[in-house]
Amino acid sequence: MSTTADETKKVEAQLIPIYIMGKQYEVPESLTIMKAMEYSGYKYIRGCGCRGGVCGACSTVYRKAGDYKIYSGLACQTVVEPDMYLTQIPFYPALRATFNFEEMQGKPEEIFGLYPELFRCVACNLCTKICPMDVEVMDYIAALKRGDILAAREISFDCIQCGLCASRCMGELPQYHIAQIARRLAGAFLTPKAEHLKTMVANIDTGRYTEGLDSLKAMDLDMLKTTYSDREMEPAVAGDDWTPKENSNL
Amino acid sequence: MKISYYPGCTLKTRAKNLETSALAAMDALGLEVEELTRWNCCGAVFSLADDDLIHIVAPVRDLIRVKESGHDTVVTLCSMCYNTLARANELMKTDEVKRKTINDFMDEEPDYAGEVRVYHLLDFLRDEIGWDKLKEMVKKPLTDLKVAPYYGCTLLRPADVAIDKPDNPRILHDFLSALGAEVIDFPGALQCCGTYQILGNPEAALSASKDILADATGHGAEALALACPLCDYNLGHKQDIMMTKYDGLKEVPIYYFTQLLAVALGLSSDEVNRFDINRESAKQLLESKSLIA
Ligand code: FES
Repeated sequence: MSTTADETKKVEAQLIPIYIMGKQYEVPESLTIMKAMEYSGYKYIRGCGCRGGVCGACSTVYRKAGDYKIYSGLACQTVVEPDMYLTQIPFYPALRATFNFEEMQGKPEEIFGLYPELFRCVACNLCTKICPMDVEVMDYIAALKRGDILAAREISFDCIQCGLCASRCMGELPQYHIAQIARRLAGAFLTPKAEHLKTMVANIDTGRYTEGLDSLKAMDLDMLKTTYSDREMEPAVAGDDWTPKENSNL
Repeated sequence: MKISYYPGCTLKTRAKNLETSALAAMDALGLEVEELTRWNCCGAVFSLADDDLIHIVAPVRDLIRVKESGHDTVVTLCSMCYNTLARANELMKTDEVKRKTINDFMDEEPDYAGEVRVYHLLDFLRDEIGWDKLKEMVKKPLTDLKVAPYYGCTLLRPADVAIDKPDNPRILHDFLSALGAEVIDFPGALQCCGTYQILGNPEAALSASKDILADATGHGAEALALACPLCDYNLGHKQDIMMTKYDGLKEVPIYYFTQLLAVALGLSSDEVNRFDINRESAKQLLESKSLIA
């Protein structure tokens, strides 16, 4: 076979060794852990969701050669490194307390009652160290111990509930579930209500948008596409007072 | 001088009256304190097992936060927090081997070697303001108020963190004298209130607390002053149970020393003193002496 001068040059991927659950694989160096696992022949039926770093399904722990530290990352976001030893921990069992939200009042004692193990925290900080989202997990647990639900809500905001914190906890706390109830109580009882939301819900209830929705539903696919692509868009540079010309549905 | 203030969890939940009165009083005294922006529970009880270092991690972490904030002094109000922080600090200062173990374990934090000075508000007032000066700053002397100073355990034991002579303390006496109160000395001042036994062995704790209250009133006290939320829980909040259980036990209001300080400095508002968290008799007694309106 002869090659022609104009044949596109093939770019060779640099292969690096990684260890998945202890077995060595050679994978292209630019892949994420998730893609490297697929490249190595693994097929995901769990442990993979959004592939965008928000669902928390793909948490992974790994070590590097000659380093005692445990590292963590989201498989869909973290790029492989030579000689990394990894395993995915897509789920970690953690007790989630059941409660009737209608009966809650937004008091710290309610959280203490549902999760008394909160007070087993010894501030070892292993939860914070493992968190792939860099949430200060121990700090929100500390905030809850002193009844500060709003601070816990704030600090835990980036949690994607992957559960790695619970896997490392020497007090056996289900931190991410505790943070979730803190955020729910904060939202329902401790922060100002969004007044415009009430108006919006009332508008929906009175049928203000029924006609518009019905007309969309009646459209065929092409019509829908044109309606979508021809819609009025907010200009890239727009003042705060910009509103669309067609605003009958606002 | 800028000083860090470590509140502790109980002051944010059940003992808000200790915090609100102290902060207002410190402000009136011109003491600039800044609550740590990050802090965790100190662990409340200093672990007595010699090799139980994991329970030293929490208080040391708080001391590192003080250092990080650029301050070299931390003031606490709760005697238990004081005790835990001060003992952890002593250990980090004096025990080279344990210091290294703890610093190695907390490899995400800067190393710590006991650089911060841990104060309780009482010895801080004594050392930084002095009783004479405090007396001058009093606007509403607590004249005729017969108060028994109750020390409990954790301000005085063990000796290396005691804020005064462990067997013959005067600090709370002197403090109350500076406020103009009539100080009632009584032997129970150094007895243990029963602490956590109130959960596991309530009979023992109630009996210990009853003895303290009976001793104080027997010596003519109208009220007790203390610094510990757990002592307050046993001596104050459990008083109704004790009065039904033990014949002849008299009602006696319990104050945080900071509430008496605030009142003596002329800070008599409800927001400052939060007497609603005390026994009802606490506010009534001060009203009857015209110390608050
Ligand atoms: S797959 Fe959703 S975070 Fe990685």
